[in-house]
Amino acid sequence: MATTRTETGPLIDGATGKWEIVIGMEVHAQVLSKAKLFSGASAEFGADPNAHVSFIDAGMPGMLPVINRFCVEQAVRTGLGLKAQINKHSVFDRKNYFYPDLPSGYQISQYKQPVVGEGIVLVDLPGGKTIEVGIERLHLEQDAGKSLHDQHPDQSFVDLNRAGVALMEIVSRPDLRSAEEAAAYLKKLRAILRYLGTCDGNMEEGSMRADVNVSVRKPGGPLGTRCEIKNVNSMRFVAQAVDYEARRQIDIIEGGGTIKQETRLFDSKKGETRSMRSKEEAHDYRYFPDPDLLPLEFDDAFVARVKASLPELPDDKKDRFMKDYGLNAYDAGVLVAERESADFFEQVARGRDAKLAANWVVNELFGRLNKEGKAIGESPVSAAAMGSIVSLISDGTISGKIAKDVFEIVWTEGGDPAAIVETRGMKQVTDMGAIEAAVDQVIAANPQKVEQAKAKPSMVGWFVGQVMQATGGKANPQAVNELIKKKLGI
Amino acid sequence: MSKLTDLSIAEAREGLKNKAFSAAELTEAHIRAVEKARALNAFITETPAIARAAAAESDKRIASGTMRPLEGIPMGIKDLFCTKDVLTTAGSHILDGFKPPYESTVTRNMFNDGAVMLGKLNMDEFAMGSSNETSYYGPVINPWRRKGSDAKLVPGGSSGGSSASVAARLAMGATGTDTGGSIRQPAAVTGIAGIKPTYGRCSRWGIVAFASSLDQAGPMARTVRDCAIMLKSMASHDPLDSTSVDIPVPDYEAAMTGNIKGLRVGIPKEYRIDGMPAEIEALWQKGIAWLKDAGAEIVDVSLPHTKYALPAYYIVAPAEASSNLARYDGVRFGLRVPGKDITSLYENTRAAGFGREVQRRILIGTYVLSAGYYDAYYIKAQKLRTLIARDFEEAYAKCDVLLTPTAPGPAFGIGEKTNDPISMYLNDVFTVTVNLAGLPGLSVPAGLNSEGLPLGLQLIGKAFDEATLFRVGEVIEKAAGATPRPQSWWEV
Amino acid sequence: MSVDKETVRRVARLARIAFPEERLEPMAGELNRILAWVEQLNAVDTSMVEPMTSVVKVSLKMREDAVTDGAKAPEVVRNAPSGEDNYFAVPKVVE
Repeated sequence: MATTRTETGPLIDGATGKWEIVIGMEVHAQVLSKAKLFSGASAEFGADPNAHVSFIDAGMPGMLPVINRFCVEQAVRTGLGLKAQINKHSVFDRKNYFYPDLPSGYQISQYKQPVVGEGIVLVDLPGGKTIEVGIERLHLEQDAGKSLHDQHPDQSFVDLNRAGVALMEIVSRPDLRSAEEAAAYLKKLRAILRYLGTCDGNMEEGSMRADVNVSVRKPGGPLGTRCEIKNVNSMRFVAQAVDYEARRQIDIIEGGGTIKQETRLFDSKKGETRSMRSKEEAHDYRYFPDPDLLPLEFDDAFVARVKASLPELPDDKKDRFMKDYGLNAYDAGVLVAERESADFFEQVARGRDAKLAANWVVNELFGRLNKEGKAIGESPVSAAAMGSIVSLISDGTISGKIAKDVFEIVWTEGGDPAAIVETRGMKQVTDMGAIEAAVDQVIAANPQKVEQAKAKPSMVGWFVGQVMQATGGKANPQAVNELIKKKLGI
Repeated sequence: MSKLTDLSIAEAREGLKNKAFSAAELTEAHIRAVEKARALNAFITETPAIARAAAAESDKRIASGTMRPLEGIPMGIKDLFCTKDVLTTAGSHILDGFKPPYESTVTRNMFNDGAVMLGKLNMDEFAMGSSNETSYYGPVINPWRRKGSDAKLVPGGSSGGSSASVAARLAMGATGTDTGGSIRQPAAVTGIAGIKPTYGRCSRWGIVAFASSLDQAGPMARTVRDCAIMLKSMASHDPLDSTSVDIPVPDYEAAMTGNIKGLRVGIPKEYRIDGMPAEIEALWQKGIAWLKDAGAEIVDVSLPHTKYALPAYYIVAPAEASSNLARYDGVRFGLRVPGKDITSLYENTRAAGFGREVQRRILIGTYVLSAGYYDAYYIKAQKLRTLIARDFEEAYAKCDVLLTPTAPGPAFGIGEKTNDPISMYLNDVFTVTVNLAGLPGLSVPAGLNSEGLPLGLQLIGKAFDEATLFRVGEVIEKAAGATPRPQSWWEV
Repeated sequence: MSVDKETVRRVARLARIAFPEERLEPMAGELNRILAWVEQLNAVDTSMVEPMTSVVKVSLKMREDAVTDGAKAPEVVRNAPSGEDNYFAVPKVVE
């Protein structure tokens, strides 16, 4: 598996010099579907033991798979979203191994001929850089069941609810070079899947899981031996696992040892990776085409039909936000990271000052949501209310400062911003007489400051602040500023 | 009136319709025959209560004039078909106590059409065998004996319980399955008819899988017409089986016109194998003469890759079986032999649960699929399959149907071939090509040899042209004359 | 390609069948006889031949995405040699 990335990535220090981390990811994304890939049992998460299990999923004698059309379409949609080649002829193979959560003794997967071939994901890094990460392939396969080890002192219990649920395995090239890049890639991939509606990206429930392949090398040197870290189930853990594993490998190599290619498990409690005993034995999966199924074939019309139904994806949306709304790359990037955020923003911006809207959504709203751990869908301030606040600022009804107060009121109490401004007397004072009186009062009360200001004109700001305070923030700051300058003759 | 158990299905259908006897009487006669024939070991499980209940329902139907196509006909079911709430073993220790909570599509079709189940029939373990000697439940004894001998002979396999029970008049018909010849070879050596339909004609849903790309269910009965009646019920398009084909099932009986004038019958020269017994060659020539006399045109054809069919089969079938049989692991059903950990539980269960032949084939299959050998064995064998299928396509440009012997010899003695797997495998030499190409093949009883043992001729058809096989098969059947019934030496 | 005792041991392990030591050697012999017999396929030049992928020339059947099955845990576990609360049970697995 070759890397497509040519330039050297960020380096980390070891005792013998600099090292480069090389990371590739295999992401298992659960296809958003009602039923399983090869059976009519529900694919829903969280049911009583073996309640979402058909005789097919339980590997009962004589049971046969029949493929779910929608899951095939979802894989093709995802492939198109990853700008990847769609293989109109692909084959389902059996991957043979014994494990209690694998009822048939084989997993139906795609080995040599996957449904989706090479593609590309653009990943924005903090700091403004964008990297291209190669996608090697995407294939459809069955999920396994679940073994529970903590219910009984010397038995494991097996629940097959997940067995047979459709997964897309998305394999990247080893194009990632740091924990940060790995996390950013995963985040971007998740965004694309969620935009497409092909996976809900819920890492807590396991509907998106990452196996992370990590190796280290001297800058520009040949690729090192990699270790595969299994089932890393959050962005944060991906970063932790990469950092821990890279350090572990560097320490071994610098201590004169060699890296053993192996499968490791990330222990999220300790923040460590450890060798998986159950995977020690050499595998020989004996792949061969599943004789219960025929090759998966579709025509150009099918692909075209799926393509026509694709939504606007994050990269395109970002470009449009920058072009149509004049946003900067950072704001546009933040807004498109989630489809819901982008939709929220567009509702706020519709017919209003888009830059101002973006500023309010990105800074005030997202800041507050993050602080309180809320998702955009849970925002107490609706898009309509947010839009109303932006309008009130734009037409000079309230100042930015008052707007923050209005935002706070809507956040905690709810209500219509325009009505709040009206009933609570928060309107900006535009009556020049009233403003002038307040200015005169501040000048009269502070003769010393007046003298200072004449020598140092930047003192004007202090006077503006005093006047704003005196008017309860309702004066138009621009008008105040001009008036003070005129009165002080500066 | 002759004994009820001697009737053909077609005759019983008439008798029931005309109320010459009741379904209950017909079923009781067969239940008694089954009970008296335990020496044959044809049944693993007898289900007289189920049979009586079904017969009672049939009598109601007959009385109300709503007879179904298989109404009241007592049948045996090969123990490879999952039958709801009835022990299903596949002839293996590893399925100890397994009562499927579901009914196979084929048996459901038959029961919906009024068939009466007498019980589950013995078979080679997981259908792996040609003599019914690999069954965990012991060998089935062929009702036929050599003239003047009481040596026990095999009933063929793997559908040995099916062939023996039908030949011995315990059941009017039986289901079989055929992966390399398991319907046709036992039918031939017990003097009955049996057809392996085109792959995809009968649903495989609910049939314990041996080799998925080769397995096909089919009927075994004493006449060609009875097979036609049964197949009409057994076959269907099944949305639960991705390989089941959505092609209408024709009225096979209507196609049995007796007229084969101008039909082109191909004789493949490669079936004249080295060391073929003279009596088989003679039988084949007789068959050719019968068809010629009936107005068929005989044409010589070539199927050049015939000799590679068996070796290709012994790669593909074990490979698929090694994977299909991985589910028998002691976790969800059947036998469990404890172990210190999960791996030893698997290893102990599978060592105790599978017999020697099954273990041998799992090992071969595992080996040919393993890293480094896959291309040399599995891919090579699948390429040979392409060539074998192409041979048939080319032959069918010149003919409508092929005539060959069914098996290279008559029934052999129990224990005669068990120590030499390859000589056992050679029993399928004439039948296995048909499975590899997915085509239909019918074995028709064609008389007795000098020792008084039955022999069969095989007709091979074009894909989904079972109707022609039945039409030609009946012509052979008539020309050969009625096969006598075996002496009931087994009755107690 | 000849199978030795160690190969039989490895293949039996892959297939999860416990094999007593004394059966390894005879089984190697049996497998070798069968493999030698199937190797007659090598006499055929198949370099220009595609392997067969399906016996029937039809396209893959697909189902609609609807929940039509499940909700029968008691039937699913009914035949299990060991289990509790509709779970299957196996000796403890260490990961």
